[in-house]
Amino acid sequence: MNPAFSVIFLTTLIGVGQGLLLALFTQQSYALFDLLPQQEARFYGWGALLALLFTVAGLIASFFHLGRPERAWRSAAQWRTSWLSREVIALPAFMGVLFLYGMTHLTGFDPVLLTLPSGLGIHATVMLGGIATVMAFALFVSTGMVYACMRFLQEWHSPLTVINFILLGGASGFTLAAFYAALVAPAQAGFFAGWALIITLLGLLGRGASLWRNARLKPKSTLQTAIGIKHPRIVQTAQGAMGGSFNTREFFHGKSESFLARVKVVFLLLAFAFPALLVVLDLSSPSTALLGCAFISQFVGLLAERWYFFAEARHPQNLYYRGVS
Amino acid sequence: MTQLALVIDLNVCVGCHACVTSCKEWNTSGSAGPLCDENPYGANPTGTFFNRVQTFEIGQYPNTGTVHFPKSCLHCEDPPCVPVCPTGASYKRKQDGIVLVDYDKCIGCKYCSWACPYGAREFDEKQKVMKKCTLCVDRIYDNSLAEIDRKPSCVKACPASARLFGDIHDPESAVSQAIRENAGYVLMPEWGTNPANHYLPRRKTNMKIHEDELERSDNPLKVDGLLPKPGKNEPTLDDFS
Amino acid sequence: MPSTPLHDPLAPPVADAKTEVRNTTCYMCACRCGIRVHLRNGEVRYIDGNPDHPLNGGVICAKGSSGIMKQYSPARLTKPLRRKQGSERGAGEFEEISWEETFSILAERLKKIRSTDPKKFALFTGRDQMQALTGLFARQFGTPNYAAHGGFCSVNMAAGMIYTIGGSFWEFGGPDLERARLFVMIGTAEDHHSNPMKIALAKFKREGGRFISINPVRTGYSAIADEWVGIRPGTDGALLLALIHEIIELGLYDRDFLVRYTNSGQLVNLDDAHDEYGMFVRTEVPKEEGCYDPQNKLWWDRNSNKPVVTHADGADPYLFGEFKLPDGTPVKPAFQLLQERVKDYTPEWASQITGIPAATIKRLAHEMGITARDQKIELPIAWTDSWGKEHGSVTGNPVAFHAMRGLAAHSNGFQTIRALSILMTLLGTIDRPGGFRHKAPFPRPIPPCARTPNAPQGVKPDTPLDGMPLGWPSDPDDLFVNADGSPVRLDKAFSWEYPLSVHGLMHNVITNAWRGDPYKIDTLLIFMANMAWNSTMNTVEVRKMLCDKEENGEYKIPFIAVCDAFHSEMTAFADLILPDTTYLERHDVMSMLDRPISEFDGPVDAVRIPVLPPTGECKPFQEVLIELGSRLKLPAFVTKEGNRKFRDYPDFIVNWETEPGSGIGFLSGWRGKGGEKFLRGEPNPKQWEMYAQNNCVYHHKLPRSYQYMRNWNKGYLEWSQRNRITRYAEPILIHLYSEVLQKFRLAAQGRGITRKPPAHLAKRIETYFDPLPFFYEPLETQASDRYRYPLAAMTQRPMAMYHSWDSQNAWLRQIHAHNYLHINTLTAQAAGIADGAWMWVESQWGKVRCMARYSEAVEPGTVWTWNAIGKAAGAWNLAPDANESQQGFLLNHLISEELPANPDGSRYSNSDPVTGQAAWYDVRVRIYPAGADEPQQTSPQFEVMQKYPGMKERPSWLAYFGGNKK
Ligand SMILES: Nc1nc2c(c(=O)[nH]1)N[C@H]1C(S)=C(S)[C@@H](COP(=O)(O)OP(=O)(O)OC[C@H]3O[C@@H](n4cnc5c(=O)[nH]c(N)nc54)[C@H](O)[C@@H]3O)O[C@H]1N2
Ligand SMILES: Nc1nc2c(c(=O)[nH]1)N[C@H]1C(S)=C(S)[C@@H](COP(=O)(O)OP(=O)(O)OC[C@H]3O[C@@H](n4cnc5c(=O)[nH]c(N)nc54)[C@H](O)[C@@H]3O)O[C@H]1N2
Ligand code: SF4
Ligand code: SF4
Ligand code: SF4
Ligand code: SF4
Ligand code: SF4
Ligand SMILES: [Mo]
Repeated sequence: MNPAFSVIFLTTLIGVGQGLLLALFTQQSYALFDLLPQQEARFYGWGALLALLFTVAGLIASFFHLGRPERAWRSAAQWRTSWLSREVIALPAFMGVLFLYGMTHLTGFDPVLLTLPSGLGIHATVMLGGIATVMAFALFVSTGMVYACMRFLQEWHSPLTVINFILLGGASGFTLAAFYAALVAPAQAGFFAGWALIITLLGLLGRGASLWRNARLKPKSTLQTAIGIKHPRIVQTAQGAMGGSFNTREFFHGKSESFLARVKVVFLLLAFAFPALLVVLDLSSPSTALLGCAFISQFVGLLAERWYFFAEARHPQNLYYRGVS
Repeated sequence: MTQLALVIDLNVCVGCHACVTSCKEWNTSGSAGPLCDENPYGANPTGTFFNRVQTFEIGQYPNTGTVHFPKSCLHCEDPPCVPVCPTGASYKRKQDGIVLVDYDKCIGCKYCSWACPYGAREFDEKQKVMKKCTLCVDRIYDNSLAEIDRKPSCVKACPASARLFGDIHDPESAVSQAIRENAGYVLMPEWGTNPANHYLPRRKTNMKIHEDELERSDNPLKVDGLLPKPGKNEPTLDDFS
Repeated sequence: MPSTPLHDPLAPPVADAKTEVRNTTCYMCACRCGIRVHLRNGEVRYIDGNPDHPLNGGVICAKGSSGIMKQYSPARLTKPLRRKQGSERGAGEFEEISWEETFSILAERLKKIRSTDPKKFALFTGRDQMQALTGLFARQFGTPNYAAHGGFCSVNMAAGMIYTIGGSFWEFGGPDLERARLFVMIGTAEDHHSNPMKIALAKFKREGGRFISINPVRTGYSAIADEWVGIRPGTDGALLLALIHEIIELGLYDRDFLVRYTNSGQLVNLDDAHDEYGMFVRTEVPKEEGCYDPQNKLWWDRNSNKPVVTHADGADPYLFGEFKLPDGTPVKPAFQLLQERVKDYTPEWASQITGIPAATIKRLAHEMGITARDQKIELPIAWTDSWGKEHGSVTGNPVAFHAMRGLAAHSNGFQTIRALSILMTLLGTIDRPGGFRHKAPFPRPIPPCARTPNAPQGVKPDTPLDGMPLGWPSDPDDLFVNADGSPVRLDKAFSWEYPLSVHGLMHNVITNAWRGDPYKIDTLLIFMANMAWNSTMNTVEVRKMLCDKEENGEYKIPFIAVCDAFHSEMTAFADLILPDTTYLERHDVMSMLDRPISEFDGPVDAVRIPVLPPTGECKPFQEVLIELGSRLKLPAFVTKEGNRKFRDYPDFIVNWETEPGSGIGFLSGWRGKGGEKFLRGEPNPKQWEMYAQNNCVYHHKLPRSYQYMRNWNKGYLEWSQRNRITRYAEPILIHLYSEVLQKFRLAAQGRGITRKPPAHLAKRIETYFDPLPFFYEPLETQASDRYRYPLAAMTQRPMAMYHSWDSQNAWLRQIHAHNYLHINTLTAQAAGIADGAWMWVESQWGKVRCMARYSEAVEPGTVWTWNAIGKAAGAWNLAPDANESQQGFLLNHLISEELPANPDGSRYSNSDPVTGQAAWYDVRVRIYPAGADEPQQTSPQFEVMQKYPGMKERPSWLAYFGGNKK
């Protein structure tokens, strides 16, 4: 596939937003059980708005993907069958809850919405945090499934796709949370950094697994099945359009194998190795700058990772577009 | 239930591209139109076409086959491009199985094109919506046209009559018979898309010559005395046994 | 599931549109299919095939379907233009002028030429379909310097077959695929019978016919062949002669057919001392000399063992043997000579030359011979032959051939095509079901009767030419030469250099005019030919010649006028540009006087009727000629009093007759006052309307008994004579052995009573005018260093492009935006050239940088490319960086219009020595990789052409929607 920058930014940016929310609410949940000190509402509030900022940026990026953005609203229609439609519903829903979650923190309007039989009152912030968490996962699954459901894009058609969206989004969110905490609540930075390290390493494991899997994939479709002729040597000499077509623009990245290999190394370093290293360094001697670098490195790495994710996927239609004359 | 489709006979397709431009011509001023062209007179001209003819070389010299291969939307019976569409712009008509795009609903997200393993959809870069073969739905039901014209433009154009059109669910239709009798097949059966369009393979006519046919009593050389009998005095087996 | 669609796909896209359908004839190529043009609010919405048209029966091709993009192309010329005062020719700087100015410039100039030396006006026309009119104009003007594209196109095919069987492939006849069982296609990529061939081929294959293609390349039609025989270019003569060898050796020929319908049994004088050596012996000198074969030759009768007049009752000639006439003259039947000729042309011999295994050659011969012999067709159609014998049925042998420029465009093509015609004859397949079938006005006598003047006196000031500008020489006395044997024509056609150049040698016109050899001219008028690009050889140099000046600063070719519809490369070299209409904007006729669209079953002619008004100030060239003819007072265009005779072209078509009262005009349908006559009859003022009502065609179906065996079909021949299609009704015996050629050979040997060639040409004539086909290497191959230039290079027609003129077509150019050199994978690898890489291809004449494409579908000794895809930068109003000029290339830069110089410095045209057919496919090349530091761009490049006044801007987007605006 030819990586679309709108989609690369969409998925990475909202991933950060989702991950950040997960991080914030994880901390809040720990605090709920007194495992960590409860932070000021401002911490959660502004954190949530920061997450929202990422999702808004992602949403804006997504509009660049549409030929007819003015009709974007129509895209919620097919939630019964289309993961894209589901994503389109899940994203604003998540954003809405995220916003409310942030606002309840910031405005201090935090009524008890529910009292558990044990007598424990569930505050709005907790309730909304919980819902936002569920929404974040729903969004991760939707986004992942947008790709994973394409059965003939064999590189994508795997649970690993969804898992990796969760892990990579989570990792970037926790790394950002660590940086955020280092800036405004330094005591919590270590907590987030620790999780960031773990999720980053899990992400590496997941992404590594998909790389390993994809390298071993045998394409189900061949030129033989594509045109229905059985012969070991078939070469296309003309594809019917010499100046290129939608099919050549949308599905070919036009980069060399070695470029791809380099991008792979780059994203493995930037998205996993560097951030992990920086976070380890930070854990031994805390430093805001290190965490800042870790996040930037990881985000840039994930952009590269997402580029690679597209480029690596070999669409069966490409079999029909290999030769001109 | 009706499933309209094209059946493409690779046995007679000479790769003339008539189906390509007659499709473009009909559709650019039709319900799917205009079909835009970018850089029409500049470098790398590129436009929206619903049908392309490609060429493949099979084997190695001197045992080479050259195959011309037209491809348009296959109107899959289980079209993966339809359920993924977030807006419902992509749909498959119940009454005849034609897969269409509703150009007024399409948001141009291109997701359906990712879901088509055949590369049969083309995004119109000017109109910013997804387009594809309509099976000339705006011709085949148009009662203002004469009966023989109620056919897809590409089918009408094809000089080699390599494009058949009809209902593949009707076992008596010409297309069903052609598929049955000529080992019609579908593309990329591995994905279970059940393309409605079928392809008919190359068929070969050979001639077998028996030696007897080269030596016959009616050989005209005899008339001119050029297939002479052996001389009477030449030796034969009779001289020995 | 989705709700109801918002976009109703069935709703008419433009409500209340005014729609109309008009019939006319396509001219996106020379095939001339019937089309229906659908207009919406006055704009073209759709063009489809006319289902009621005899030629295409409703189908259409890629080009025909792209007519809209031609009509609205930004490359169209819309104003008469004159080269700007002070600007250099070739720089492309023009100013608009009015038609009145245009006509007065032309008329003044031409009047002067006509009253002094009409030769100094040369009119050459390319892919047009109105040679009857352009030829008439030239003749009336009095210039011999007229020709159309035939000489650089396929004259070998026309001449080789017409001088043998009295008809030809090309537009004059073809394979009867309805009934054939075996079809052999040789050297054809697309051809003029474009759609009909596809229709027939598909049907033929579906019905189980066997299709063999002989071609160095396997594309297009060859792709669907049951067997592909990848032959080395220029070697088909060897293959065909070996097939003939095998067929004779095994007795697989149709003896009855040869005896009765060919000159096989006729006795040839072999008395070496005799002036008539190599001619048929005759019983008597015919009383009346006519343009036909008198039936006065001899057979050696098997029954009486005596010489008898051919076709004598009860006689049956020997085809083999050696005899002595009573007067002691040694004679042999022509067939015996043929057998001797092919004796050494064994399959093994041919295998070495053609690269085809001997076993394959033998098998091909067997397949042909056995199919012809064992699958005989018999149709219950009674007919009478020319000797009065009644036949109860028409029989045929179902082996059909088709061949085109793969044979024609070689300098040995004439003899190769003779060999093919003879092979077809041996199999008994001429004008019989399942074989080759003629199309009216063919068959014609061998050769047809039209003659050019044969002396310079034929050209006189203020007088029409005394003869046709193009004709069919039957012996050296018919040549159009001066007393010293030098050519009268600028292109040297009908001279001793190219005696049977029946279509002229347009490819040498510019070079000859520039050099002043044989003489200088004043005005060159080019119509519909891109002579500065794809229809010229040696393009780089020819472009220089067009602008070259004398020492006094005058142009060597003083005045060039070009009539074109588009911004072609040629227009840049014009002093005056005449903007033509498109085919949708004008009247045209596909006349019986030229190349009609006849079918096997009878004559068909056709017209074009405008469906749109002319764009800008475009004017049909026909109107230009009629206007000029009237202003110049050419006899055919003015009354006795010298007044204009014809209002316009449609008026001319209706009212002009070959001679007053002849009843023969351009159109054969609906003649007579009320349209009640056909072929001959008084002018009918309603003739156009009647064509309009009848799909723009007139189809005269012959009675079934006149549809076959027409060379010898008494009924048909008399019908044809009655209708003035031919002058004589004598049988047209097939010339297995060609006396016409022998007459030239005798002259070259200093024998006989005809004119003799100049000494320096005698050897050449003697060699190539062999009365029996023979094989020789193409002339350029003979003159090339085979080790330095090991490969043959050639072009093919792409089905979706017409010559150079479709690159302005926004749809078609997406299919062929640029071209590659296709090379066999192993050949390319051996040369170190990677697939897709930039490379050089070089001949002894020039070199071109282009891109390589590996292919397994090409014979290893051949490289090829699609014809005329490459363009000069900026031409056709394409952007200067368009693919056509940056990655596309023209093979013509490698091809010379002349062969290497003779010892005396003179040069022959790079053409067949018999017919002057341009030898496009003889060029030898070598290939090597381009350097890594070289630009990734085609070489050579030319100065970027600019847009002219009156041309549209080229848009960067196109969203064509016919008739949207109200
Ligand atoms: N290398 C190579 N060269 C070849 C050949 C080959 O096989 N290989 N083939 C040769 C052959 S067979 C031929 S016939 C020639 C053809 O060569 P040309 O006769 O030069 O043919 P075109 O390129 O079609 O150019 C004809 C011109 O007609 C113009 N034209 C198109 N429509 C109209 C119209 O309606 N009116 C007027 N007035 N002009 C119009 C076009 O713009 C163009 O400039 O090429 C020859 N050149
Ligand atoms: N689409 C389209 N149709 C056209 C034209 C066009 O430009 N485009 N041009 C029209 C014109 S003007 C003409 S003259 C006709 C020409 O029609 P064709 O005769 O079909 O023209 P070419 O493309 O020159 O085809 C020559 C074929 O001969 C093969 N060949 C070359 N050398 C040899 C040889 O030595 N032996 C054999 N056996 N084969 C050989 C080539 O591979 C090629 O396939 O087409 C007409 N029709
Ligand atoms: S060919 Fe592609 S676009 Fe057409 S129905 Fe099948 S999946 Fe959909
Ligand atoms: S591009 Fe249009 S048709 Fe395709 S999925 Fe998106 S909205 Fe649906
Ligand atoms: S059926 Fe109609 S839309 Fe489809 S390829 Fe043919 S002409 Fe084009
Ligand atoms: S029109 Fe017919 S013969 Fe020509 S490319 Fe299309 S399917 Fe093949
Ligand atoms: S074959 Fe020639 S005349 Fe016929 S439709 Fe095509 S371009 Fe027109
Ligand atoms: Mo030609």
